[in-house]
Amino acid sequence: MSKKITVNEQIIDWEENMTVDRILEIMKYTFKMIVVKVDGELVKKEQYKTRVIPESADVRVIHLVAGG
Amino acid sequence: MSVQKMKEKHKLLKEYSYRLGELNRGYADRTLYVNISDNTINEKPVTELMKEKFIGGKGFGLRLLWDGTKDNTKWNDPENEIIISPGPIAGITQYSGTGKSIVVTISSTTDSIMDSNVGGYFGPFLKFAGFDAIEIQGKAEEDIIIVIDGIKGTVRIEEAPEEAVDSHVLAEQLTEMYADNEDDKRNISVVSSGRAAEHTLIGMLNFSWYDVRRKVCRVKQAGRGGIGTVFRDKKIKALVVKVSGVKGDMNHVVDMGSIREKGKRFNKEMRELDDSQSRMRTVGTAHLVEIMDDYDLLPVHNFKFGTHSDVHNIDSKVLKPRFTQGLPDGCWLGCMMSCCKSVDNYELKTGPYKGQKVTVDGPEYETVGGLGSNSGIFDADHIIECNFYCDTYGIDTISFGTATAFAMECYENGILNEERTGGLKFNFGNADAVMEALHQMARGEGFGKVLGLGVRKMKEKFTKEYGADPKFLQDIGMENKGLEYSQYVSKESLAQQGGFAITNKGPQHDEAWLIFMDMVNKQIPTFEDKAEALHYFPMFRTWFGLMGLCKLPWNDVEPADNAETDEPAKVPEHVDNYVSIFNAVTGKNIDKYELIRQSERVYNFQRIFNLRRGFGKREHDAQPYRAAGPVTVEEYESRQERYDRQMKEIIGVNPEGKSTEEKIAITRKHREGVYEKLLDAVYERRGWTKNGIPTIEHLKELGMDLLELIEVVKPHL
Repeated sequence: MSKKITVNEQIIDWEENMTVDRILEIMKYTFKMIVVKVDGELVKKEQYKTRVIPESADVRVIHLVAGG
Repeated sequence: MSVQKMKEKHKLLKEYSYRLGELNRGYADRTLYVNISDNTINEKPVTELMKEKFIGGKGFGLRLLWDGTKDNTKWNDPENEIIISPGPIAGITQYSGTGKSIVVTISSTTDSIMDSNVGGYFGPFLKFAGFDAIEIQGKAEEDIIIVIDGIKGTVRIEEAPEEAVDSHVLAEQLTEMYADNEDDKRNISVVSSGRAAEHTLIGMLNFSWYDVRRKVCRVKQAGRGGIGTVFRDKKIKALVVKVSGVKGDMNHVVDMGSIREKGKRFNKEMRELDDSQSRMRTVGTAHLVEIMDDYDLLPVHNFKFGTHSDVHNIDSKVLKPRFTQGLPDGCWLGCMMSCCKSVDNYELKTGPYKGQKVTVDGPEYETVGGLGSNSGIFDADHIIECNFYCDTYGIDTISFGTATAFAMECYENGILNEERTGGLKFNFGNADAVMEALHQMARGEGFGKVLGLGVRKMKEKFTKEYGADPKFLQDIGMENKGLEYSQYVSKESLAQQGGFAITNKGPQHDEAWLIFMDMVNKQIPTFEDKAEALHYFPMFRTWFGLMGLCKLPWNDVEPADNAETDEPAKVPEHVDNYVSIFNAVTGKNIDKYELIRQSERVYNFQRIFNLRRGFGKREHDAQPYRAAGPVTVEEYESRQERYDRQMKEIIGVNPEGKSTEEKIAITRKHREGVYEKLLDAVYERRGWTKNGIPTIEHLKELGMDLLELIEVVKPHL
């Protein structure tokens, strides 16, 4: 069985060396003003390319309020 | 005809002289009353009580409108008023987004209270000329203009027969007429509408300023609810205000140092972070087009869908090269957000100004959504052309877009046909038909006049005259309270459904935009969570309208460390900026909790004002089903996997073996049920009864247990 992670309460497949950027790509999260937390720990924007996501992680990608 | 000759044709009906004075702590402490039926002009004092309870801006507008009209005043009665009020912070130039006004009237589309916020220089200039608000009542016999001269201290009502009505011409004529020279044009602002506002119910107002670099008048719009229609019905051609110039501290604030410090920090954020965040300085709110498409939120074909494969033809990548770059584009002085983009030297392809090169304000996100995707038109040139004509004719692009999309769906369902549209093939995607209908609005003829009724009245007409199924029209007609929806798909966010429909004026996103928080982040899963968000955000955002502030600098850029704060969605540093600035302007000492209470007082007043006019109850917060879920088989099947999954996981029904019609019915029953529960939760959080009536206890708690409010709510409790 493939390994999973949770992103905003949605279960998706986990990948080896999966980064925050990869999650944003899979989820089609293109909005820039976001806050990312992995297992409750804040990930800074400069770490999106490098921070590796462990299997079974709970990832929160909080989109801040927008709208004209 | 030269403007000098036009001016010679003016007939002075009344001149009123007033004592010039200085603002004190953000207030002029008086409002200007102009009656254009009997040509009386006078001043009204602003009391401390009025400032305490109603603050300014929308609060002042509502208070004056309450006092000036009766329960049964209609939008086109002479006693209806148009009130423009900027608010105590308006006019400072040391922080971004501080030039807004709120316009209030009894609406031609909702028959209740409308408020619409707008940039441009008129609001700040009105204050500098000596008034916290202008209140216009009555109806003139011939076209008039009202000229407020803040240098001489005069207010004049003049018949003005020769000037144009369309805004892009009229603003230029009056700016040239009242400026002493080219340099003085920056000291003039004009409020105007356009020809189509005379023949429709969805007319809007343009507020001008003179762009000294482009050497043209620019305009921003008070779009919603037909205020331009009321304006032209009163035979007002324009309002003109003239001041002697803008200096550093026109508001005579208490603590300029504090405002400057906050302004500098904000400006640094804009310089360093905007390019990697919202790109407001380069594309304005149009940056949202592709984002909304990515999240299935961009309305397509009358809100049926949320995405389209042709969106790349109208997104910000296409618009950016059209927008002139590198010029300061604030709609008030000192705004570093500078999001008021324009397309310069655009050559018009249709209509009475065909072949002329013009400056087009925008298009902004809402306009792209309404004139583009929602109508199935993925053509940037069409959106720019249609945007220009909506503006100069005085038509609200949001209502126009939603009304057009509705009519197109009616056409595709056989409710309308070529005979009924006067030969226009009104299918989704037909840009030529849309432009012709818009020009017909300006000429007051043909199908354009029907479209200009807006969605609610079109529903009534199509049912009565064409035998259309009223239930189907109710489902697909995207209006609530008589106001057309703004351009976001709310089907997958229950909180946003409330953000649109549990509003005071109707479904406009300026009360709350909660889709990401709800649908994407899953931050507000319970009814209580959603109700809390539908309390905080509408109250917080109401506050901008009391102050003369623009909402955009609040959360369209965020400080670098915002993610590390306890409530990043609220942007705590910016909230703190606003509290500090209010205190620094007025000398008061509020905190972020009192900020919400200031709004609550006015918000509840507006709810009760609706009630006084026969609205403002639970039944008026009902939404069209398309705002909540799929109406048609086509819609359901386009997102079948999502809806089937939800049926299984959330509703607890196995979709297998069921027809699409059956699944639509099951989904609908569920979604309509949870919306009712949302209403219960929101009303309770807001201190209202199950019927949406503010309780006397709640009014007492807020300090709004005014006798006239108690009298209105009592029979409903």
